[in-house]
Amino acid sequence: MSHDPHPHSHDHDHDHSHDHDHHHHHHDHDHDHGSDLSQAAIRVRALETILTEKGYVDQAALDLIVETYETKIGPRNGAQVVARAWVDADYRARLLQNGTAAIAELSFSGRQGEHIKVVENQDGLHHVVVCTLCSCYPWPVLGLPPVWYKSAPYRSRVVIEPRAVLADFGLVLPEDTKIRVWDSTAELRYLVLPQRPAGTEGWSEDRLAQLVTRDSMIGTGLALTPAQLAEEQTP
Amino acid sequence: MTIHQDVLQHVPDLPCDVEGPVFREPWEAQAFAMAVAAHQQGLFTWPEWAAALSHEIKLAQAQGDPDTGETYYTHWLNALEQLVIGKGAITEQGLHELQEAWQRAAHATPHGQPIVLENDPGL
Repeated sequence: MSHDPHPHSHDHDHDHSHDHDHHHHHHDHDHDHGSDLSQAAIRVRALETILTEKGYVDQAALDLIVETYETKIGPRNGAQVVARAWVDADYRARLLQNGTAAIAELSFSGRQGEHIKVVENQDGLHHVVVCTLCSCYPWPVLGLPPVWYKSAPYRSRVVIEPRAVLADFGLVLPEDTKIRVWDSTAELRYLVLPQRPAGTEGWSEDRLAQLVTRDSMIGTGLALTPAQLAEEQTP
Repeated sequence: MTIHQDVLQHVPDLPCDVEGPVFREPWEAQAFAMAVAAHQQGLFTWPEWAAALSHEIKLAQAQGDPDTGETYYTHWLNALEQLVIGKGAITEQGLHELQEAWQRAAHATPHGQPIVLENDPGL
């Protein structure tokens, strides 16, 4: 695994956060105090300085990346893909055959050039996605990964006892439903195509997309039922 | 919002989230974006990045990090530093000196004013 030609000590690994709470919010009489940055913020600024100097990053590009992943992508892209597949059988076939290309049809494509394979839930078969190594994740369609996706308990347990992990998420599947766990890699990410809920005949794509949660596309949940959606939308 | 938020809150093993902000602090977002940008500019390939990140996560685990997702961007930052050094963009020593310069710059910057490297009195 390690090809690191520069062995390094990890004594600076953990952020010593004891010094980052010195911010005074009353600005009147502390002008002579100087400022504090957390150890992590210092390290980030040092990296940014060198990467900017070498022409690898500029602040405007960084801001755009953060904004895009935080607010523009989210699970919404994925939900549109799923809703399209629910209403358009041809699209669904293309999606299952070549996820990367079919997703690109809707103008969502990856920054990392990774391939996305779409796996379809059916009666008796449920898919769930994990990355046991780190946290490879289909960013172009799901945005940034949730905290639990990145956690060791999820990464290790879902492979060993998927049924129990899904139950922790409140998803109890019938005993005879097979569960298939897909382990993502840097080159290949997975997206679950959840089953279309009953009682949604004739719904528009936009309305259907509201049923598609992020977790339903990771496989730790199902698409919402119309009743659940109505409940969520009740203030 | 997800429908099983209540359930998740009772599971000690799985750190939960609301489908809200995924960065807890600004530096996390900055570190995230720098890796994506540096990759786009060709500093490293994405498989190289994934290998570096999983390497850092394993090291941290070996040192007792609970690896609950909370320390994820610390691993991310470690991986980025090691790749930037490994790719020869800067030496480990050079990076360290740059960090110290930023530290001095911060201390020399009156509170409430933007911290810029030029404020480093050692410059």
